[in-house]
Order: sequence, then C-alpha cells, then structure tokens
Amino acid sequence: MSVPLLEVEGLTVTFPTARGPVDVVRGISFSLGRERLGIVGESGSGKSMTGRSILRLIRPPGHVSAGRLVFDGIDLLALSERRMRALRGARISMVMQDPKFSLNPVMTVGEQIAEALLTHAKLPRRALKARVLSMLEAVRINDPERVAGLYPHEVSGGMGQRVMIAMMLIPEPDLLIADEPTSALDVSVQAQVLDIIDDLVTGKGMGLILISHDLNLVARYCDRILVMNGGEIVEECRASELHLARHPYTRGLLAAMPRMDEDRDVLPVLDRGAWTTGAGT
Amino acid sequence: MSATAIHLENLSISYGKTPVVHDVAFSVAEGESFALVGESGSGKSTILRAISGLAPEWTGAIAILGKPRGHAPDRDFAKVCQMVFQDPYGSLHPRKTVDDCLAEPLAIHGIGGRDARVRDMLAAVGLDQRFRFRFPHQLSGGQRQRVAIARALMLSPRVLLLDEPTSALDVSVQAEILNLLKKLRREQGLTYLMVTHNLPVVSFLCDRLAVMRHGRVVEIADVSALKTGRLADPYSRELYAASGGALQPA
Repeated sequence: MSVPLLEVEGLTVTFPTARGPVDVVRGISFSLGRERLGIVGESGSGKSMTGRSILRLIRPPGHVSAGRLVFDGIDLLALSERRMRALRGARISMVMQDPKFSLNPVMTVGEQIAEALLTHAKLPRRALKARVLSMLEAVRINDPERVAGLYPHEVSGGMGQRVMIAMMLIPEPDLLIADEPTSALDVSVQAQVLDIIDDLVTGKGMGLILISHDLNLVARYCDRILVMNGGEIVEECRASELHLARHPYTRGLLAAMPRMDEDRDVLPVLDRGAWTTGAGT
Repeated sequence: MSATAIHLENLSISYGKTPVVHDVAFSVAEGESFALVGESGSGKSTILRAISGLAPEWTGAIAILGKPRGHAPDRDFAKVCQMVFQDPYGSLHPRKTVDDCLAEPLAIHGIGGRDARVRDMLAAVGLDQRFRFRFPHQLSGGQRQRVAIARALMLSPRVLLLDEPTSALDVSVQAEILNLLKKLRREQGLTYLMVTHNLPVVSFLCDRLAVMRHGRVVEIADVSALKTGRLADPYSRELYAASGGALQPA
C-alpha cells in the first residue's frame, strides 16, 4: 500500500440528456494498492461506469473528468488514444459480465486467447500455443487441447467465463477489473470462477477491482469494499467489518437480503428518503 | 388445505429429440409454496413450461386441482393456473399500456367490469393508479414485475407458477417483490410453484423444495432442512455450500 497502483480523485462521468447533463458518477475518490477492492451498488449506482472510466471506455457523448486518474505513475487522462490502447489489456484488463456476448462467435477459443497475447507481444507460434494451453490449464479447464479448438457456442457459460478470464490474464496485467464476472452464471459455478480469479490475482500480486451488486459475494472475495449509491461512494469499509456498516443504505441493503435461515415474516424495504444523494438521476 | 393443487406423475419432457426431464413426480398441496432449485439446464423451468402448456412434448400425468391437463391449449386451465416469467423487460408487450395488458385476459375470457378489476388489481400489487396508462418502458424493473404479477392474477387463479420472479431485480427491489408475493399468497390462499436458484429466497417464501439435477429430482425436503443445513443428498449439500450456507450433518 506504500505506492498505490491506482489513484482516483474527483472522478466524474457525465452524460448529456434532454433535460441537461446528468452526472452518473459524482466526483468519487479512492486509491488501490495490490489488493482486492470490491465496488457494490444497485443498478444505476455508477459502479460499472467507474470501472469503465478507468480504462477510458466511456463512449461519447459520455464525458469523463477527474482531478487525478493515475495508474502506476501514468496519467491516464493525458494519454493519447494510441498509448491507451497499448495499456489496455497489457497492464489493465477487464472481465465482462456475459461470455455469450463478449467472446467473438466466429473465432475459436484458442485463437481469441492467442490474439490477446499477440496484440502486445511478438511470440513464435510454438511458444504462443504453449502459453495458451498453460493459461487454459490455469483457469482449470481439463482438456485444454480440445477446448482451444472449440467455438464459444460450444462451451458452457462457466467455461466461457473461464475462457474470458484466461484471455484477460494472459498478457499478465497489473490490474484486473471484473465487472459482474459471475452474474450470468449458476451459483455452483460462481464460486469456482471467483476462486480462480482469486488464486491468479493473489498468486501474481495483481490489483483487483470486483464490481458486483452482491454484497455477500464481494465481502467473501475482497479486502476492502466501496458501497456506491447515486454515483457517490456512501461507505468504505474493510470486508471483514461489513456487518458494522453504518450508512443507512448499506444497512438497508444488508437487511433486505433474505438469509439462509430466514425467519422474518416481512423483509425490510429500503426507505430511500433516509439519506440524501443530491439530485436524482 | 389438504387438497392437492399440483400433481405430477412420471413426467418426462423433451424438446424435439432431446429428453430434458426424466420421470419427475411430486405433489403440491393447496395453499402450499413449493420451490424447484438446481443449476441451469437441470430442467426446472421446463417443468413449469410443461404445466402451463408451453412445452407440449411431455408424457406422464399433470393434474391441477384434481383435473388432468391435456396437451392442447386449454382456456379453462388458464383460469386456475397462471405463470410469471423471469424477465419483466421481456415479458410485457412494449406497445401495450399497463391497462391493455391487464384487461386482455378479461377480454379473452369475456369477463365484465374490467375497469374496476384493473383498478383493484393495481392496488393489490401496490402500484399507484397513475401507472395505469403508462407503457412498460416508462416503468422500473420492479414496477414491471408488479405488472406481470398483476396480469397473472387478473383471472383470480388458484395456482401461480413463478419462474425466477426476482432474479433480474436489485436486492432492495427483490425484497419488495418477495414481500408482495408473500402477502398475496396469504390474502388469496394461492399455491406457488417457484423456480429459483437462490436458496435464501426459498427459505423466505417456500414451505418445501425439490432439488433437481440433470432433469431428475434428487431430493425433496422441508424448508426447515434448508434453514438448518441438514439437506441429505450430496448434490443438494454442494449447492447449499456454494450459496454460502454452513452445513450440518444430515
């Protein structure tokens, strides 16, 4: 934590609408070392936009501004699009939500993973193939040789997501942003995929930003948690101390979740008037 | 409460040549809330689709409130058994207002007093009257799911089939819909057959559950077994552990 990997200060993302510009992220600040940070919030809280703006993936007319957006000493806002492209994938990469829509349907799994590596490094074909197969093995795919030759529609959702993780981790980035990496997956597969991410991230000493709407899941896999609501960070706490959360929104979210040993007759519902988040979005 | 609302016997379902569900049998008592859990592809939604007539290639027997169900679409059947789908963004007609959507089942069945019935139903699912003439895209996800539930209840059915009714919703909205479902069941004495992969939701809303895998029911248990972590089948226990539960010896 001595030199942060990523520093964000006053990050704001704005979209123009018919009723004037709307800030979907309102001047948030945080820093990240080589640790696992969770960002939690409901739909529309700005959590995905935060992740995307770090990679400068917000398309016009969306606009990103920040006091500071520094990754490992590099000012991301000042980089040219060309230098930014060199950075994406190689040093910061992102796992998307749904493997069905994020993988190229007309390329085999092996080709796609190799492409991710070739974009940033020149390698002889044999070494390339070996790297791809060992990466597939690292994400616990049993028969890498066979799977590398399959097309995305021939693999299951869980396997597709592991392929995507392999693709994102093969250039050995320093920071991985995972945006709802398991929400398209079954509960039983979710844990496997997160365990793989966790192993690889801690094994290589990378930084991880895990974006999710699931408080318990984030608490299980992260060191620190940011809770977002209405484009602002309403609470920051250590994952182990989540149950001590003080903000009414966080407490409301925790209480609204049914428990395994549920005996309440009615679930408490969020009273959105209990806190203020500026103008509604 | 002793009558049987849903009775399935030797039910096998296939899509074309692919068998999906094998030899499933269970009964749900009237007024009971029963859950089907399992991973995707285990055939749990297919059972709901077969009961509601959307997957007609089945063999075996399906009976609702003692009446056997045939393979053809059945108007009388629609009056006693209705379904709520997973995705409120996909299950409402985008160019029909909430009013059209709720009045349509009444028009099909030739039931009068539509104006009052629509108004009452909106109130029952906790939607303000000002939403009545809006289109689905003007509503939030939670409001749409309320409309979908209202539509299913328009014909005053006795049995409701719920296909992952809250999995597309945020946690706080999920809590509102779960409370609503619980309230409606209490007020109208409904029977629920709910498909979900979320075990805590089962714990909140259901009395019994069936765990499915590869098209077969591997275990039928009381919800108390779920609450205390005493499921018997190894696969059920695996599912329970993956959902973050602490296992107890069975």
